[in-house]
Amino acid sequence: MAAVIFALIVLIGWELARGARPAMHQFGWGFLISTDWDPVNEKFGALPFIFGTLVSSAIALLVAVPISIATAVYLTELAPLWLRQPLIMFIELLAAVPSVILGLWGIFVMVPWLRDHLFPWLQKCFGFLPLFKGPIYGVSMLAGGIIVAIMIIPIITSVSREILRSVPGLQREAAYALGATRWEVTRIAVLSYAKKGLFGAVILGLGRALGETMAVTMVIGNSPQIAASLFAPGYTLASVIANEFNEATGSLYTSALIELGLVLLGVTVLVNVAAQLLLKTFAGPSVKPQH
Amino acid sequence: MPLISTQAVSTPPDLKSTGAPALTVRNLSVSFGGNQVIKHASLDIAARAVTAIIGPSGCGKSTFLRALNRMHELNPEAHVTGEIRLFGQDLYSRSIEPVIVRRRIGMVFQKSNPFPTMSIADNVTVGLRLNGVRARKVLAERTEQTLRMAALWDEVKDRLHAPAISLSGGQQQRLCIARALAVEPEVLLMDEPASALDPLATAKIEDLIVQLRKDYTIVIVTHNMQQAARASDFTAFFYLGELIEFGPTAKVFTHPSQKRTEDYVTGRFG
Amino acid sequence: MTVSNHRWRNFKNAVIQAATFACAVLVVTPLVLVFYHLVTQGFTSINWAFFTQLPRPEGEAGGGMANAIVGTFLLLGQAALFGVPVGVLGGIYLSEYGGPHLNWWIRFAADILNGVPSIIWGIVVFALLVVHNVSLFGHVLIPRGFSAIAGGLVLGLMMIPLVMRTTEEVLQLVPGGYREAALALGIAKWKTIAQIVVRTALKGIVTGVLLALARVAGETAPLLFTAFGNLGWAHKLTEPIAAMPLQIFIYAIGPYDDQHRQAWAGAFVLLVLVLAINIGVRFLTRDRFARRS
Repeated sequence: MAAVIFALIVLIGWELARGARPAMHQFGWGFLISTDWDPVNEKFGALPFIFGTLVSSAIALLVAVPISIATAVYLTELAPLWLRQPLIMFIELLAAVPSVILGLWGIFVMVPWLRDHLFPWLQKCFGFLPLFKGPIYGVSMLAGGIIVAIMIIPIITSVSREILRSVPGLQREAAYALGATRWEVTRIAVLSYAKKGLFGAVILGLGRALGETMAVTMVIGNSPQIAASLFAPGYTLASVIANEFNEATGSLYTSALIELGLVLLGVTVLVNVAAQLLLKTFAGPSVKPQH
Repeated sequence: MPLISTQAVSTPPDLKSTGAPALTVRNLSVSFGGNQVIKHASLDIAARAVTAIIGPSGCGKSTFLRALNRMHELNPEAHVTGEIRLFGQDLYSRSIEPVIVRRRIGMVFQKSNPFPTMSIADNVTVGLRLNGVRARKVLAERTEQTLRMAALWDEVKDRLHAPAISLSGGQQQRLCIARALAVEPEVLLMDEPASALDPLATAKIEDLIVQLRKDYTIVIVTHNMQQAARASDFTAFFYLGELIEFGPTAKVFTHPSQKRTEDYVTGRFG
Repeated sequence: MTVSNHRWRNFKNAVIQAATFACAVLVVTPLVLVFYHLVTQGFTSINWAFFTQLPRPEGEAGGGMANAIVGTFLLLGQAALFGVPVGVLGGIYLSEYGGPHLNWWIRFAADILNGVPSIIWGIVVFALLVVHNVSLFGHVLIPRGFSAIAGGLVLGLMMIPLVMRTTEEVLQLVPGGYREAALALGIAKWKTIAQIVVRTALKGIVTGVLLALARVAGETAPLLFTAFGNLGWAHKLTEPIAAMPLQIFIYAIGPYDDQHRQAWAGAFVLLVLVLAINIGVRFLTRDRFARRS
């Protein structure tokens, strides 16, 4: 029964490879760096989507990691005891919110607010940077990054919390006994000790960010372009598959999409393997399977 | 001259040189939840001497020790009443912060706990750096000074930047002692410092204590009576949370006034 | 410690305390906002028609999500059928049998599978079931095309690594003493496991299954090319079927306001379902797992 796991992995890899073969045959390695996406003329390239996935994930990490780790530190070291359990429960509930519901909220609440308030303000203050130039539609790479950040914050926070909790109390006591303030104890005894595990938590969050589909699709704009501005719409590997798979006419189109899936799978598995290895060798208690 | 300027938060120097006790404990009671672990203990810890706290397991020795540097405040269930004064200053008064108390009263733990991500030298100086001492020369001097005091200098002087966890258990414990001494505490608390060490390392620690006694006030909790008899000047015997007897070590071990003390030191129980 | 250094350190301490608290608040805010909007936009749209009627054709107002609601439950039922036995048995194997080396690999693989994006699962089942017929000995069991079975299968497959790991964890919590006592009495190993170990851990196993179900209940991406969605009822399992997350997505990206309204309503119902399972499960296991600080 347990061997089923291995069978599944093989199955996934096999089916994807099989489905992608026609496209791989047709386009070769150039697929990965081509920016064409022309279903009519049957020319396909993966670069805009790789770009979109990477950039939206990078934005998500930039936003989510500081907030998540700070929150984890607050929950394990600094918060008053009565506040901890309720906050922890809240965050675990946030983790349970389905992606499509967050996407729904994203389209009708977050994006208009971004379009009318945050983005114009950003353009006003930082418009000299190419990142913030250009027309503002609301749906954009930045919106995609923000919503993915919201989705990965709970997992990074939870795993970080576990890591911080596993730091031996004796280390903290050593710092207290030297006359350190609470923050100094956290900095010296906890955070440096937990560095490796925290990094693993971040990579785990990255893995989740890469595969995020629905919420991103709903707010990123779905336009296969590579633009410098964060306000421009983008497209991720997962989103293009979600949007165009069922519309795909012709087996080459479908095959190209499956090849995109293969790229996504490859990147995600690599990142997840790195994360798991980091977490397992941190020598904390076993990290629970996270969604 | 003290490295860490301690205006307004330290002892007037004249008080130290008199025969005044370093710590005066009056009516100390500590309870966790509803469970009272220390019951109305009162004693005076003499300055520049070693005071040993002995007693059977669970009698409250460590709890007593930790009350002296306000470590119980880290435990929300702990409730401490009574008065503890360091050279006359009320340690639990609202005008003194625990952070300051803990700098003036250092602690060495049963299991050595050097910071694993830091080198040997960094471990020694961490307390100083926290307190704003940055000058490299000063830190280096102090490192050598305290490592010599801890009888570790010769063993590590060539690898001060090696990670602290590369040392053996006994060496790590001496490193922790150096770390505690670096911030110039007025009192050094030791909670069974040698219980996790082999006999050779234990002997080294005991020698160290005898050396340090000249300049520091030391309070040491130990379950090893021979150790108490060898290394201490005064001994306090606790039983089930109560201070049964306190006096010069020689007297407590050879002519104890309480029967329970006599039973314990002669090995009839415990 | 200099007096000024002391003030600076306390100041830093307070600032960090405030900053991390602010981050915690920031984390909680989206959930609060989402729930607020779901209630104001969605709850108000819930009426009897929502639960009993089928979607209206494009552009027409009114109608409901009855088929999607039923569809979700049907899919979850199938997912449980596919995923639970394999997952639980696999978890039992991991916990009670196997060697340390092999088990490490299995666990590692399961954790990796948990990280595979859900849309990839969709592609795989698409390639398996949707593209061509599934036949056995010449008889066509599942004709090609989108189907409820495909949807159930993909959700079930996704559940397997999840259920396996939670089952294993729970079984590991059962004290070794129980197993030893039973074996010392001469009870066969498989019986020990079935009747004693699993029985003790049953509550935890059920918890794990329920949480996995709650997780896949909200999945949309894999259903896009397996269950596909249906504006009416699916009369057979081999037909495409509607599901709540799918319907919400389709409505949300469509142009019609009434559909948007229904999307909110559907999202509200779905979130209530998912949160109810999560909160209910936590409530039931509170005494058992109250080791957290």
